[in-house]
Amino acid sequence: MLKKSHLAASALLLALGSFLAPAQAENAPAVNGDTVKKIKARGELVCGVHPARHGFAAINSKGQWEGLDVDFCRALATAVLGDASKVRFTPLSTAQRFMALQSGEVDVLSRNTTATLTNDVSLGISFAPPNFYTGTGFMVRANSGVKKLEDLDGATVCVTPSSTERNVAQIFGSRNIHYTPVVIENNKEYVAAYLAGRCDVIARDKVALPGILAFDTDKPQDHVLLPGMYSKEPLAMAVRKGDNQWYDIVKWVVYATFDAEEMDVNQSNVDEKLKSTDPDVQGLLGVTGGFGQKLGLDDKWVYNIVKQVGNYGDIYNRHFGPKSAEPLDRDLNNQWNKGGLLYGLPIR
Amino acid sequence: MMKQSDNSGVLASDATREATAFRLFTFFGSQSVRSACYQLLLAALLAGFSYWLYSNVVENLHAQRISTGFGFLHQPAHFAIGETLIPYSANDTYTRALVVGFLNTLYVTLCGIVLATLLGFLVGIGRVSRNWLLMKVCVTYVELLRNVPVILHVIFWSMVIRNLPAPRQAIELPGGFLTNRGLTFSVPAAHSGWQWTLLALLAGCVLSLLVSLLARYWRERRSKVLPTGRIRLALIIGLPLMVWWLSGAPHALNTPELRGFNFRGGFTISPEFTALLLGISLYSSAYIAEIVRAGIQSVPKGQLEAARALSFSSWHVMRYVVIPQAMRVMVPPLASKYVSLAKNSSIAVVIGYPELANISNTMMSQTGQALEAIAIMMVVYLVISGTTSLLMNLFNRYVAIKER
Repeated sequence: MLKKSHLAASALLLALGSFLAPAQAENAPAVNGDTVKKIKARGELVCGVHPARHGFAAINSKGQWEGLDVDFCRALATAVLGDASKVRFTPLSTAQRFMALQSGEVDVLSRNTTATLTNDVSLGISFAPPNFYTGTGFMVRANSGVKKLEDLDGATVCVTPSSTERNVAQIFGSRNIHYTPVVIENNKEYVAAYLAGRCDVIARDKVALPGILAFDTDKPQDHVLLPGMYSKEPLAMAVRKGDNQWYDIVKWVVYATFDAEEMDVNQSNVDEKLKSTDPDVQGLLGVTGGFGQKLGLDDKWVYNIVKQVGNYGDIYNRHFGPKSAEPLDRDLNNQWNKGGLLYGLPIR
Repeated sequence: MMKQSDNSGVLASDATREATAFRLFTFFGSQSVRSACYQLLLAALLAGFSYWLYSNVVENLHAQRISTGFGFLHQPAHFAIGETLIPYSANDTYTRALVVGFLNTLYVTLCGIVLATLLGFLVGIGRVSRNWLLMKVCVTYVELLRNVPVILHVIFWSMVIRNLPAPRQAIELPGGFLTNRGLTFSVPAAHSGWQWTLLALLAGCVLSLLVSLLARYWRERRSKVLPTGRIRLALIIGLPLMVWWLSGAPHALNTPELRGFNFRGGFTISPEFTALLLGISLYSSAYIAEIVRAGIQSVPKGQLEAARALSFSSWHVMRYVVIPQAMRVMVPPLASKYVSLAKNSSIAVVIGYPELANISNTMMSQTGQALEAIAIMMVVYLVISGTTSLLMNLFNRYVAIKER
């Protein structure tokens, strides 16, 4: 008896001791240059995406990830590894997304995340420039007789736990409109609740609503989107704080897609544009300047991105253009010189 | 003499020293002291380990520039909650939002325990019935409900309710409406008389309990059986009725009316609450039925035969012979079933009943303070489970065989 308990005690001590020894090493904060090294060693980028948001990230009928957020992951993989296909997508729920990034489970979050002050300073993450501008929108049944927000007094609102929940409280509260929220985390369940008539209205980032119309409803004409945008939701990719090199790469990949569109360098003409005499285009495509190397990438980084994935306009049109399943007006997501908010900082 | 005493003094001090050493040796030699020391050591190690874990997490989060701490709990929550037992608005703090969630968890858990126990007892007794058909129906009930994961139960009921007609095509019930927005029915309009009546009902119940205790005392000590049935009935029904009549006999009703999107007025039991309640309590009731069956079957057959020989009716056999003895076997597993029912209530996240897990989820996605939110949830569920098993242990001590 005595011996046994002695043994157990010393075993416990040993176990605890070995646990205590390699104390701080694990889970250390991101170190400059670390992420790129990790991606190269792994041979693929790990990208956190929305599990099912048509137009941004969803699995298509061929079993492949598709959408604007997905394409930005591919653009990043192209910049670092030279190959748009070397991405592993990790679908994340709203509640999981920040933890997955903080813990290093994903290299980058490209998941319809609103860049806000709180998110930026208290979560240990940094936001790249917004690559999509939207706001809270509402969808109702066409036969409900609702034409504007004020008609929604007394309505039941289906919403997922997210910043939209806060927006709805603010939007309705400031207009003194009473409502009952039904908060459901699962994306499918929450749309199903609305479709079954549990709620009168669905509240969500406006850009996600056409996707629901196109993919989740039986008869899209039975539902209407209310006019107007009711909050500011600049959606941006996010990385862990501390790895400045990786942050710079993500930031400049976003700008590069803007710049390429602005300079009219697109997927179909990028090879011709290599011969361009315009110094800005030459710098962009890596003919001169060596800007890729300054970021720690191949000089042909933008050429590769545009060739394999496209410029911002190519990406946008693929998912929201007139020929897509859910056409969406470019509106705020147009270039700055065409009435939109996209303003790529110059690559020079 | 002196010398001797000197000598003896030396000897004595030596002896004392030896005795101390010996005592120390026996002190550590004793099994109980040694194990106490190990316990102490283990506790210290665990405390140290916990502290190390905690400081390590805090330090790492700090290094990653992730803010920590519970300060955010004082900030306004900025989100609305569909069902609350206490007043709550979007301007209230996260703390209040969590309290709302906690109360909703308690509410659905208590309702669930009552419903599951009732159903479980009925089915469990039916399970050992000598009526072949009833027995088979109960067996089917148990097997069907027990072998489906609880989350599917909840989703199933949520889907059933959602597919009820919309408010404008409501199913009319006597005194209420059934729609996919829940069950809405008339309730007495607010009147101070109702509060007094409710108080009178409570007082009536307490008084009737006292009367029955008194009657039991009389029966056991004086061997006199008092007919208390009528007195108790008068206390429970007559007293509130009298108070209601005295306070002006309020009878106005708050009837639901279809206005705009939904019914206004009346009282509504929401679909989410109903789906969660039905899901978790039906699932648990199947297990409780098995616990009840096992309890009943654990009572020696001789007891039943003896009771029947004394010409007890089958209800009296159950009530006075079988159930009291079966309780001793049933209470411990019942306790663990209640605890798991409380924990299962967190499935509400999937269907949207605003209980603790659902509110914490919102809080987590708004503030990003995942660690804190999860810590709070862990503590709260620990407290709920701990309290449940504590209460059940007390109850167990009450029903257990008293060995005098």
